[in-house]
Amino acid sequence: MKLLEDILILDFSQFLSGPSASLRLADLGARVIKIEKPNTGDICRQLYVSDVEIDGDSTIFHAINRNKESYQADLKNPDDLSKIKKLISHADVVMHNFRPGVMERLGLGYEVVKKLKPEIVYASISGYGEEGEWKNLPGQDLLVQALTGLPFLNNNSDQPPTPMGVAVVDILAGTHIAQGILAALFQRTKTGKGALVQVSMLESALDFQFEVLTCFLNDGQQLPQRSKVNHAHAYVGAPYGVFKTSDGYLALAMGNITFLGKLLSCPGLKDFADPKEWFERRDEIKQVLAEHLATNSLEHWLSLLEPADIWCSEVLNYEQLMQQEGYKVLDMELVVKTTSGKEVKTSRCPIRVNGELLRSEIGAPSLGYHTEDLKREFGI
Amino acid sequence: MKDRPLSGIIVLEFCQYLSGPSAGLRLADLGARVIKIESPKGDACRKLAIEDLWVNDRDSLLFHTINRNKESLTANLKDENDLSKIKKLIGLADVMIHNFRSGVMEKLGLGYEQVMSINSNIIYTEISGYGATGPWVKKPGQDLLCQAKSGLMYTSGNESDPPVPFGLAIGDIICGAQAVQGVLAGLIHVYKTGVGVKLELSLMESLLDFQFELLTTYYESGKLPRRSKTNNGHSLLGAPYGIHQTKDGYIAIAMVPLADLAEAIACEQLLSFGKKDIFSKRDSIKKILAKHLAKQTSQYWIKLLKAKDLWAMELLDWEKLRFQSGYQQMELEQKISLDSDLLTTRCPIRFDNQKLYGEKAAPDLGADTDKIIAEFGL
Repeated sequence: MKLLEDILILDFSQFLSGPSASLRLADLGARVIKIEKPNTGDICRQLYVSDVEIDGDSTIFHAINRNKESYQADLKNPDDLSKIKKLISHADVVMHNFRPGVMERLGLGYEVVKKLKPEIVYASISGYGEEGEWKNLPGQDLLVQALTGLPFLNNNSDQPPTPMGVAVVDILAGTHIAQGILAALFQRTKTGKGALVQVSMLESALDFQFEVLTCFLNDGQQLPQRSKVNHAHAYVGAPYGVFKTSDGYLALAMGNITFLGKLLSCPGLKDFADPKEWFERRDEIKQVLAEHLATNSLEHWLSLLEPADIWCSEVLNYEQLMQQEGYKVLDMELVVKTTSGKEVKTSRCPIRVNGELLRSEIGAPSLGYHTEDLKREFGI
Repeated sequence: MKDRPLSGIIVLEFCQYLSGPSAGLRLADLGARVIKIESPKGDACRKLAIEDLWVNDRDSLLFHTINRNKESLTANLKDENDLSKIKKLIGLADVMIHNFRSGVMEKLGLGYEQVMSINSNIIYTEISGYGATGPWVKKPGQDLLCQAKSGLMYTSGNESDPPVPFGLAIGDIICGAQAVQGVLAGLIHVYKTGVGVKLELSLMESLLDFQFELLTTYYESGKLPRRSKTNNGHSLLGAPYGIHQTKDGYIAIAMVPLADLAEAIACEQLLSFGKKDIFSKRDSIKKILAKHLAKQTSQYWIKLLKAKDLWAMELLDWEKLRFQSGYQQMELEQKISLDSDLLTTRCPIRFDNQKLYGEKAAPDLGADTDKIIAEFGL
């Protein structure tokens, strides 16, 4: 039996934050029905990325929406709306990521839905909270990164602020709403009571920074200083960073500088014997290391560092990664079939349950593919 | 908030550093009672300071940030007497989480099979660096190193930049967050069926999942993601997506139709590009845009872009952010109950319109040992 067997989720959300949460819940065994508007559906279908598309929908739509059903409804049409309300009476979870007030205007706000189904778990993701003066700003990943200081944590100090190149805020808000939904479902299992669960991308982006923000809040509010040389983390001393060798890049985590100097035969590191200097003089230390590591090959340095249990790794791109036995043994790739029968290769759920990989072969649905079946099944 | 969703749930955290403990922190904020099981030396994170910041002469601020709202019990798991106490405690717990290297818990007699014979409806959660098999099993499961192997370092920065790591421990944090999802789904399952669950996660699988959009596109196209030459925001997205310098700062511009952008900021040169050009001529477009935006201040551009409801935002650092009333209205900060004032952030999830605060300070090493032994008759 799957962990979330018999849980029915109606997902009104679009793009990535909400849909990535329902993807994970589907992986864990819930049944997820996307409620999509006619003609366009989830806007993510049309969000063409690098001109790569499958069956007329963007590749990322397929990655995010596998293992789900699609029900098409015009929520402004009273007939469609009344069908949706009937569907809600069968659901365990309603989730959305509209801007604040939209669901209420459609007649599907929490108070209304709670009357239809008192034990519903109603979950929403907003950009910036549902009260406050920022509530109507567009809740988009890069913009929330920009607002919350994230770009000032990446790249060398002589480079401009650099955003994280994955939609990290969407994905974290998605994990947080999934946590909230699951906690509420657990509570409901015990008490029979439903709940309203809310997450904002703003709070998720700040929670992501909780360690370094706490530092800032307690150190007299000094802003983070990125290192000048091979930056990796504003709050960690040398050697922490990525170094160029004669034929590739080497990541070095925490390590004793004096020991590293001996191990790598790098006499320049002798000048930094005091561990207190490893943070304050990290740029100088890393500069010495960088010049030294450039003189020989990645394999050479790994052959010295790894046997000494120094925390290090080669840096790989996707092509190199996929040739590694360490990648292959994870069996991360998953082939799914879309509703039109096309095969799409994507990646599986990262959580193993009772020793098994969670792999459903069901691909993303075409828009409204399940509408008629669902009407029949639920008599709506 | 009085009745939290996980009240009554007992979680035993056999973890160090960040991945497991960040999961424990979230579960504590959701209402679980989280007991750290620590060796007599304690979670090594107690001694790991960033910026040399300490809360007292014993523990770092970093440790306090990650471990508030928990209890601490010390036990020498190699000592039979201590171990038998821990086994009794496991018999009463709902969840256990560990992030030891592969094989360590088994050697201690606390592997999954052994624990199931003590408590068959427990949720047993294992967090590793690279999973349980394969050539990477013995490698240190450290965040930067997992980032390095996972391809993630080629997603941020510009094309000519070397690999650019994420400046936060994304692997630890995303893996911890996913562990929480697994534990919560497991709790629902155990409540319904009475049968325990084993969960396994690794930083590497979590980081690959984190890149699922990029990986799926790579599997389909066979082409490595290419960061743009200037002002890269996301390797898969076309112009103008990215962060752009102005006369006095930076602004972020997200997905905005080029023609609308050109009109809003009066940049005629942009009108010569068509819809498909936003990918194929991404670098040329961004170059023109960068030159144009450098002429005026951030506020000037933001005003024009917002007037047309185009997706843009001025970059703020934490100092400026904290000064904004929008930030203050969120009430994200909380004071921890300690002799000295300590400010940190709260849980980002709200239930029934209530924010979840957890102001109990992180425990001293072993602070709750005697109390727990007496309470449970260990």
